[in-house]
Amino acid sequence: MTTAIEVNCATGEVVERPLTVEEIAQMEADAVASAAAEAARITAEEALAALKASAKAKLIAGTPLTAEEADTLVI
Amino acid sequence: MPNTYTTIASVIVGAGGTSSIDFTSIPQTYTDLVIKASIRTNRGFLSDALAVKLNNSTTGYVSRDITYDNNNVASYADLFGAGYNLNTQGNGGTSNTFSNQEIYIPNYTGSTNKSFISESTVENNAPDARVEMMSSLWSNTSAITSIILASYTSNTILQYSTATLYGIKNS
Repeated sequence: MTTAIEVNCATGEVVERPLTVEEIAQMEADAVASAAAEAARITAEEALAALKASAKAKLIAGTPLTAEEADTLVI
Repeated sequence: MPNTYTTIASVIVGAGGTSSIDFTSIPQTYTDLVIKASIRTNRGFLSDALAVKLNNSTTGYVSRDITYDNNNVASYADLFGAGYNLNTQGNGGTSNTFSNQEIYIPNYTGSTNKSFISESTVENNAPDARVEMMSSLWSNTSAITSIILASYTSNTILQYSTATLYGIKNS
Protein backbone atom coordinates (compact mmCIF):
# COMPACT_ATOMS: atom_id res chain seq x y z
CA MET A 1 0.00 0.00 0.00
CA THR A 2 1.72 3.18 -1.13
CA THR A 3 -0.93 5.80 -0.60
CA ALA A 4 -1.35 8.52 1.96
CA ILE A 5 -4.55 9.82 3.53
CA GLU A 6 -4.09 13.56 3.52
CA VAL A 7 -6.38 15.82 5.53
CA ASN A 8 -6.29 19.53 4.82
CA CYS A 9 -7.15 20.89 8.27
CA ALA A 10 -8.00 24.32 6.88
CA THR A 11 -10.60 23.11 4.39
CA GLY A 12 -11.53 19.73 5.83
CA GLU A 13 -10.79 18.11 2.47
CA VAL A 14 -9.62 14.49 2.71
CA VAL A 15 -7.85 12.87 -0.21
CA GLU A 16 -6.19 9.49 -0.63
CA ARG A 17 -3.27 10.04 -2.96
CA PRO A 18 -0.30 8.02 -4.21
CA LEU A 19 2.97 8.64 -2.40
CA THR A 20 5.43 10.89 -4.18
CA VAL A 21 8.79 9.60 -5.39
CA GLU A 22 10.42 11.42 -2.48
CA GLU A 23 8.02 9.87 0.03
CA ILE A 24 8.64 6.37 -1.32
CA ALA A 25 12.40 6.96 -1.10
CA GLN A 26 11.98 8.13 2.50
CA MET A 27 9.92 5.04 3.31
CA GLU A 28 12.61 2.80 1.89
CA ALA A 29 15.31 4.62 3.83
CA ASP A 30 13.24 4.36 7.02
CA ALA A 31 12.82 0.61 6.48
CA VAL A 32 16.58 0.13 6.13
CA ALA A 33 17.32 2.33 9.15
CA SER A 34 14.72 0.65 11.33
CA ALA A 35 16.00 -2.82 10.45
CA ALA A 36 19.56 -1.80 11.32
CA ALA A 37 18.47 -0.19 14.59
CA GLU A 38 16.43 -3.23 15.57
CA ALA A 39 19.32 -5.58 14.79
CA ALA A 40 21.66 -3.44 16.90
CA ARG A 41 19.18 -3.40 19.78
CA ILE A 42 18.80 -7.19 19.71
CA THR A 43 22.58 -7.69 19.59
CA ALA A 44 23.06 -5.38 22.58
CA GLU A 45 20.30 -7.09 24.57
CA GLU A 46 21.74 -10.54 23.84
CA ALA A 47 25.21 -9.41 24.86
CA LEU A 48 23.87 -8.00 28.13
CA ALA A 49 21.93 -11.19 28.85
CA ALA A 50 25.08 -13.25 28.24
CA LEU A 51 27.10 -11.03 30.57
CA LYS A 52 24.47 -11.35 33.30
CA ALA A 53 24.33 -15.12 32.93
CA SER A 54 28.10 -15.32 33.14
CA ALA A 55 28.18 -13.04 36.18
CA LYS A 56 25.53 -15.15 37.93
CA ALA A 57 27.39 -18.37 37.24
CA LYS A 58 30.63 -16.91 38.58
CA LEU A 59 28.92 -15.60 41.71
CA ILE A 60 27.50 -19.03 42.42
CA ALA A 61 30.86 -20.67 41.79
CA GLY A 62 32.70 -18.07 43.86
CA THR A 63 35.01 -17.06 41.07
CA PRO A 64 36.07 -13.47 40.23
CA LEU A 65 33.92 -11.41 37.88
CA THR A 66 35.24 -9.24 35.09
CA ALA A 67 34.58 -5.50 35.33
CA GLU A 68 31.98 -5.80 32.55
CA GLU A 69 30.17 -8.55 34.41
CA ALA A 70 30.25 -6.58 37.66
CA ASP A 71 28.75 -3.57 35.84
CA THR A 72 25.64 -5.62 35.11
CA LEU A 73 25.06 -6.12 38.86
CA VAL A 74 26.00 -2.78 40.37
CA ILE A 75 23.60 0.13 39.86
CA MET B 1 -12.05 16.32 28.71
CA PRO B 2 -11.51 20.09 28.99
CA ASN B 3 -14.08 22.11 27.11
CA THR B 4 -11.29 23.82 25.23
CA TYR B 5 -10.64 20.69 23.17
CA THR B 6 -11.70 21.29 19.58
CA THR B 7 -11.63 18.60 16.93
CA ILE B 8 -9.56 19.87 14.02
CA ALA B 9 -9.63 16.72 11.89
CA SER B 10 -10.27 13.01 12.21
CA VAL B 11 -9.32 10.04 10.02
CA ILE B 12 -10.60 6.48 9.90
CA VAL B 13 -8.47 4.29 7.66
CA GLY B 14 -10.49 2.48 5.04
CA ALA B 15 -10.19 -0.87 3.28
CA GLY B 16 -6.71 -1.63 2.04
CA GLY B 17 -5.01 0.52 4.64
CA THR B 18 -2.63 3.38 4.05
CA SER B 19 1.06 4.20 4.24
CA SER B 20 0.53 7.38 6.21
CA ILE B 21 -1.96 9.76 7.74
CA ASP B 22 -1.09 13.37 6.97
CA PHE B 23 -2.57 16.35 8.74
CA THR B 24 -1.73 19.43 6.66
CA SER B 25 -2.49 23.17 6.88
CA ILE B 26 -2.96 22.94 10.65
CA PRO B 27 -4.61 26.15 11.92
CA GLN B 28 -2.33 28.37 13.97
CA THR B 29 -5.13 29.51 16.26
CA TYR B 30 -4.68 27.13 19.20
CA THR B 31 -2.21 26.90 22.05
CA ASP B 32 -1.48 23.16 22.01
CA LEU B 33 -2.21 20.15 19.83
CA VAL B 34 -3.25 16.67 20.86
CA ILE B 35 -3.47 13.56 18.71
CA LYS B 36 -5.52 10.63 19.94
CA ALA B 37 -4.83 7.56 17.84
CA SER B 38 -5.79 3.92 17.65
CA ILE B 39 -3.44 2.20 15.24
CA ARG B 40 -2.57 -1.25 13.97
CA THR B 41 -0.01 -1.95 11.26
CA ASN B 42 0.69 -5.12 9.33
CA ARG B 43 4.20 -5.58 10.80
CA GLY B 44 4.39 -9.22 11.88
CA PHE B 45 5.36 -8.46 15.46
CA LEU B 46 3.44 -7.38 18.54
CA SER B 47 4.57 -3.79 18.13
CA ASP B 48 5.70 -1.42 15.43
CA ALA B 49 7.33 2.00 15.39
CA LEU B 50 5.00 4.87 14.59
CA ALA B 51 6.90 7.76 13.08
CA VAL B 52 5.53 11.19 14.00
CA LYS B 53 7.09 13.65 11.55
CA LEU B 54 6.51 17.32 12.26
CA ASN B 55 6.49 19.49 9.14
CA ASN B 56 7.66 16.34 7.31
CA SER B 57 11.06 16.70 8.99
CA THR B 58 13.21 13.69 9.82
CA THR B 59 16.07 15.55 11.51
CA GLY B 60 16.66 17.27 14.84
CA TYR B 61 14.76 14.87 17.09
CA VAL B 62 15.80 13.20 20.34
CA SER B 63 13.60 11.13 22.63
CA ARG B 64 13.70 9.14 25.82
CA ASP B 65 11.14 6.55 26.71
CA ILE B 66 10.31 4.01 29.35
CA THR B 67 8.42 0.86 28.46
CA TYR B 68 6.84 -1.76 30.67
CA ASP B 69 6.05 -5.18 29.26
CA ASN B 70 5.97 -8.75 30.48
CA ASN B 71 7.15 -7.68 33.96
CA ASN B 72 10.17 -5.93 32.51
CA VAL B 73 10.90 -2.22 32.51
CA ALA B 74 13.18 -0.95 29.79
CA SER B 75 14.32 2.50 28.78
CA TYR B 76 15.35 3.60 25.33
CA ALA B 77 16.93 6.59 23.69
CA ASP B 78 15.56 7.22 20.20
CA LEU B 79 13.34 4.20 19.71
CA PHE B 80 14.27 2.31 16.52
CA GLY B 81 17.15 4.74 16.14
CA ALA B 82 15.06 7.85 15.50
CA GLY B 83 13.74 10.35 18.02
CA TYR B 84 10.34 10.73 16.38
CA ASN B 85 9.23 7.11 16.83
CA LEU B 86 6.63 5.82 19.27
CA ASN B 87 5.52 2.29 19.98
CA THR B 88 2.33 1.27 18.25
CA GLN B 89 0.42 -1.91 17.55
CA GLY B 90 1.83 -4.38 15.04
CA ASN B 91 0.06 -7.40 13.58
CA GLY B 92 1.61 -10.10 15.77
CA GLY B 93 -0.58 -9.96 18.85
CA THR B 94 -4.23 -10.62 19.52
CA SER B 95 -6.34 -10.18 16.41
CA ASN B 96 -8.38 -7.02 15.98
CA THR B 97 -6.66 -5.12 18.77
CA PHE B 98 -5.36 -1.64 18.24
CA SER B 99 -2.99 0.66 20.08
CA ASN B 100 -4.29 3.40 22.31
CA GLN B 101 -2.09 6.48 22.22
CA GLU B 102 -1.91 10.17 22.80
CA ILE B 103 0.61 12.70 21.56
CA TYR B 104 0.63 16.12 23.23
CA ILE B 105 2.42 19.02 21.53
CA PRO B 106 2.45 22.25 23.55
CA ASN B 107 3.13 25.69 22.09
CA TYR B 108 3.16 24.42 18.52
CA THR B 109 2.99 27.90 16.98
CA GLY B 110 5.90 29.26 19.02
CA SER B 111 9.34 30.21 17.79
CA THR B 112 11.24 27.99 20.20
CA ASN B 113 12.22 24.34 19.86
CA LYS B 114 9.26 21.98 20.10
CA SER B 115 8.83 19.36 22.79
CA PHE B 116 6.17 16.71 22.84
CA ILE B 117 5.16 13.86 25.05
CA SER B 118 3.33 10.67 24.26
CA GLU B 119 1.71 7.72 25.94
CA SER B 120 1.14 4.46 24.10
CA THR B 121 -0.26 1.07 24.85
CA VAL B 122 0.16 -2.04 22.76
CA GLU B 123 -2.74 -4.33 23.47
CA ASN B 124 -2.39 -8.10 23.71
CA ASN B 125 -4.26 -10.86 25.49
CA ALA B 126 -0.95 -12.11 26.87
CA PRO B 127 1.64 -10.96 29.44
CA ASP B 128 3.70 -9.03 26.91
CA ALA B 129 1.19 -6.28 26.29
CA ARG B 130 3.09 -3.08 26.86
CA VAL B 131 2.77 0.53 27.90
CA GLU B 132 5.15 3.33 27.05
CA MET B 133 5.74 6.91 28.10
CA MET B 134 8.03 9.10 26.04
CA SER B 135 9.32 12.63 25.94
CA SER B 136 10.72 14.04 22.73
CA LEU B 137 12.38 17.20 21.52
CA TRP B 138 12.39 18.54 17.99
CA SER B 139 15.12 21.15 17.74
CA ASN B 140 13.38 23.37 15.26
CA THR B 141 11.88 26.82 15.79
CA SER B 142 9.31 26.66 12.99
CA ALA B 143 5.63 26.66 13.79
CA ILE B 144 4.11 23.23 13.25
CA THR B 145 1.83 23.25 10.22
CA SER B 146 1.72 19.56 9.35
CA ILE B 147 2.04 16.19 11.09
CA ILE B 148 2.59 12.85 9.39
CA LEU B 149 1.92 9.50 11.08
CA ALA B 150 3.50 6.50 9.36
CA SER B 151 5.03 3.12 10.12
CA TYR B 152 8.79 3.66 10.46
CA THR B 153 9.31 0.09 9.29
CA SER B 154 7.34 0.95 6.14
CA ASN B 155 4.41 -1.29 6.94
CA THR B 156 0.79 -0.51 6.15
CA ILE B 157 -1.50 1.18 8.67
CA LEU B 158 -4.46 -1.17 8.68
CA GLN B 159 -8.15 -0.57 8.15
CA TYR B 160 -10.10 0.78 11.14
CA SER B 161 -7.08 2.59 12.54
CA THR B 162 -8.08 6.09 13.60
CA ALA B 163 -6.35 9.37 14.38
CA THR B 164 -7.95 12.58 15.59
CA LEU B 165 -6.17 15.92 15.86
CA TYR B 166 -7.44 18.29 18.54
CA GLY B 167 -6.59 21.92 19.18
CA ILE B 168 -6.47 23.24 22.74
CA LYS B 169 -6.78 26.84 23.78
CA ASN B 170 -5.49 28.04 27.12
CA SER B 171 -8.53 30.17 27.81
